[in-house]
Amino acid sequence: MAKRAAPEVNAGSMADIAFLLLIFFLVTTTIETDSGINRKLPPTDEVVDPPIIKERNIFTVVVNKNNQFLVEEKPLEISEIREQAIAFLDNGGGVGDEACDYCQGAKDPSSSDNPEKAIISLKNNRETSYKVYIAVQNELVAAYNDLRDREFVRLNPLLGLTFVEANKRYADPRTSPEEKERLKPKLAEVKLMFPQKLSEAEPSKNN
Amino acid sequence: MAKFKKKKGGETPAISTASLPDIVFMLLFFFMVATVMRDSTLMVQNTLPAADQIQKLDKKDRVMYIYAGKPSSRYADKYGSQARIQLNDKFATVEDVGAFVLAERASKRQELQNVLTTALKVDGDTNMGLISDIKQELRQVNALKINYTTRVGDYTQNMKN
Repeated sequence: MAKRAAPEVNAGSMADIAFLLLIFFLVTTTIETDSGINRKLPPTDEVVDPPIIKERNIFTVVVNKNNQFLVEEKPLEISEIREQAIAFLDNGGGVGDEACDYCQGAKDPSSSDNPEKAIISLKNNRETSYKVYIAVQNELVAAYNDLRDREFVRLNPLLGLTFVEANKRYADPRTSPEEKERLKPKLAEVKLMFPQKLSEAEPSKNN
Repeated sequence: MAKFKKKKGGETPAISTASLPDIVFMLLFFFMVATVMRDSTLMVQNTLPAADQIQKLDKKDRVMYIYAGKPSSRYADKYGSQARIQLNDKFATVEDVGAFVLAERASKRQELQNVLTTALKVDGDTNMGLISDIKQELRQVNALKINYTTRVGDYTQNMKN
């Protein structure tokens, strides 16, 4: 049997394949970025004369150490919090100067006057679990975002974006400065209609 | 006998190694790009809670990280099972948070010092007491912008134990 030496494999194109793979991975990998819920803490300096806020303008959420919820003095499941918060913020029960012309709520006189006055107060126990706390925060932010989305779409029907999408685009560094300039007043307007007033009381040791 | 050449041995020809550097460089580039530089090794358990109403935390140079959670199994016998704070590479107490923030702030560029965000990477099973203490400390040093770092997911995941 004639045994012939196997011809050498041409390796010239190996580099091309390598670069192809390199470019493929370069394009498809995303560097992981962290994301989360942004919050602003209140400054420490004591307010000398705290403003008087009407009871009906405060929406109280209490989380106890067994991770149970008490919303406006009634026990509630977490799945209902978003709905309740929206109903409270969007109530628009005020009259005269305090009337809210864009609210679509029940106009219940015993609930908030105006979204600008409505405050959500969140109180937790020292033994509340962090993940439950985040779940509540998430639902309350969701309530604001749902309302802001509604107003944003109503005011800018041709934009084809919701508030959350527009905000994301505004924060994206790839967005052009011109587009940012266009989005900025629109976002600010809706933020003013539903300002995020989320107050956190110091946690209690008991209850 | 000129007609019959002496046969070479049956050995296979050597595989060309000319492309080996390419492959190595490819891997090198890949890892260079895909690796996130982690400046501190985690010494605490860090299963972040899930949320979906989240904002991205861009611009890593404006963020300082505070980790908290139960010490991970390697450190559990030394530091116990109570939730602890980790700053850089060390376990810390609540009182150290203020000094840490001031030191971090001083290490940043002048124009960034007022726009820093504190990212709280806290394990989901931590009690709120510890987080409230951290927040009080942050208020003392006027580091008011915070971010509760979460993983993307539905909030109902948090309600399971």
